[in-house]
Amino acid sequence: MSPALTTSQAATGVEVPGDRPAVRLSNVHKSFGRPGAVTPVLDDISLDVAPGEFVTLLGASGCGKSTLLNLVAGLDKPTAGTIEVPGPRPALMFQEHALFPWLTAGRNIELALRLAGVPRAERRPEAERLLELVRLGGSYDKRVHELSGGMRQRVAMARALAQGSQVLLMDEPFAALDAITRDVLHDEITRIWAERQLAVLFVTHNVREAVRLAQRVVLLSSRPGRIAREWRIDLPQPRRIESSGVADLSIEITEELRGEIRRHGKH
Amino acid sequence: MASTDTAPGSVQDAPVEATPVEEASDQHVQAGADLSKGAPVTTEDVGAGLDALDSVVVQHTPFTQTLREKVLPPTIAVLLVLGAWQLAFELKLADTYKLPSPGMVWQSLTDLWTQGTLFSIIWTSVWRGVSGFVAAVVIGTPIGLLVARIKSVRAAIGPILSGLQSLPSVAWVPAAVIWLGINSSAMYAVILLGAVPSIANGLIGGIDQIPPLFLRAGRTMGATGLAGARHVLLPAALPGYLAGLKQGWAFSWRSLMAAELIASSPDLGLGLGRYLENQREFNDMSGVLLGIILILFVGIAIDLLIFSPLERRVLRSRGLLVTNR
Repeated sequence: MSPALTTSQAATGVEVPGDRPAVRLSNVHKSFGRPGAVTPVLDDISLDVAPGEFVTLLGASGCGKSTLLNLVAGLDKPTAGTIEVPGPRPALMFQEHALFPWLTAGRNIELALRLAGVPRAERRPEAERLLELVRLGGSYDKRVHELSGGMRQRVAMARALAQGSQVLLMDEPFAALDAITRDVLHDEITRIWAERQLAVLFVTHNVREAVRLAQRVVLLSSRPGRIAREWRIDLPQPRRIESSGVADLSIEITEELRGEIRRHGKH
Repeated sequence: MASTDTAPGSVQDAPVEATPVEEASDQHVQAGADLSKGAPVTTEDVGAGLDALDSVVVQHTPFTQTLREKVLPPTIAVLLVLGAWQLAFELKLADTYKLPSPGMVWQSLTDLWTQGTLFSIIWTSVWRGVSGFVAAVVIGTPIGLLVARIKSVRAAIGPILSGLQSLPSVAWVPAAVIWLGINSSAMYAVILLGAVPSIANGLIGGIDQIPPLFLRAGRTMGATGLAGARHVLLPAALPGYLAGLKQGWAFSWRSLMAAELIASSPDLGLGLGRYLENQREFNDMSGVLLGIILILFVGIAIDLLIFSPLERRVLRSRGLLVTNR
């Protein structure tokens, strides 16, 4: 076993016993379809994300990771079990930036502020501050199509933060980016997560990305999605995706993931 | 190689993500090394470099180029048509009462001008067309919204609405005259029956084509119900809606001209359609051609002055306008 794997608490130390979790899933089941032809997608998922904790959900296709995020975001209801997310509606980032093309970068952020109930006078300065945070100060008036893929995802990140939630849900947000840009965005999300003490639930199928980012990696099995195994990672941040620590763990987790996937080929 | 059933053997070639930074060497991959201080290149530098490399540069075409590419070709085309027309006249391809020269049509125009009736004829029709069109927008927009968003309403009147589009609204003229008499109400009824379906269908199409992702993104931000309609649904549907408006205007104008041609009454005043029909009754071919040209001119002018700039502006601001290179 790799020396980086321990059972210690999260590295940031924000997690105090007795603290309310930022996200709590208790025995969550989700199935689709009508009676008689029900497809179970998620099976008995129980998972806590502590305030300030970075958790990645890792799984092959069919593990229901996106369904799980939709449930936490309140876009869908579980078939059974409960989901508790105290505080305001959690922010959700998608693989596509999902910025509105009829608004400028700054206006996209202001719309999120407005919907979150921020008074008009405070919106513009707050939008400027958020753009500064994602290193896009001066891009307020840029149209979405004038920005590169990485810049769009950073604006989307700023828009998500504008919702004012301490919980950030990310659904493979960097999967469509080239490797160099993704590497830079890994650094950025790590920095912003630490600065803002966010609880992040990050879905990915990329093992190295999961290990690069998370304090805890949760491996889901497929069809139906179940929690197969968890790893705590206390390699110090910022990590590099090509570092040997990340690589060693990735090999171990990949092996486990391949084992999970192989089960589906054997009948 | 051993069979892939033995897990340890297969780990070696695990399909892991390609290493993104090529120059990564063993020196700076030790886990936990503080790379932001010691390393010569920071994330901020790399990010700024990427932004500069990836940014899309939006160019504005210079005025002379617009002139050369957009104004010159249609001007040449019009001049060629006029030349061919004049040539046909000179060669006496048809009797003069059937084929007057461009100069004679121009003479008809200056006659109207000196009589002082040119603008009143155009204005009578344009006013009618524009006010009828505005009424069609006011009626067609809520219908489009209802049909697009409420399933049962769509099932009930959706097919009728799209079917009405293929019915030439001139077919309504006899009915409108019987119901409403030969007056302005009949004219407006025909305009509405022509334009409302186009406008409603444009909005329906615009709403149907909104990427579901926008609606999801809106919902996660709390844009539901009326706020969702205002901040997501309507702005996202705007390009389709504008296309519907543009077509709605074309239908309004066509229906009105047909109605004016068919229905004749002193109450209606002299509009372009009536002028055209009057000149036919006088057997004045240059007047007839002038009427056709004026009707065409008004249709093109409204499109060029109002709808095209509006549409281009909306599409350009969303990066949807493909520039020809």
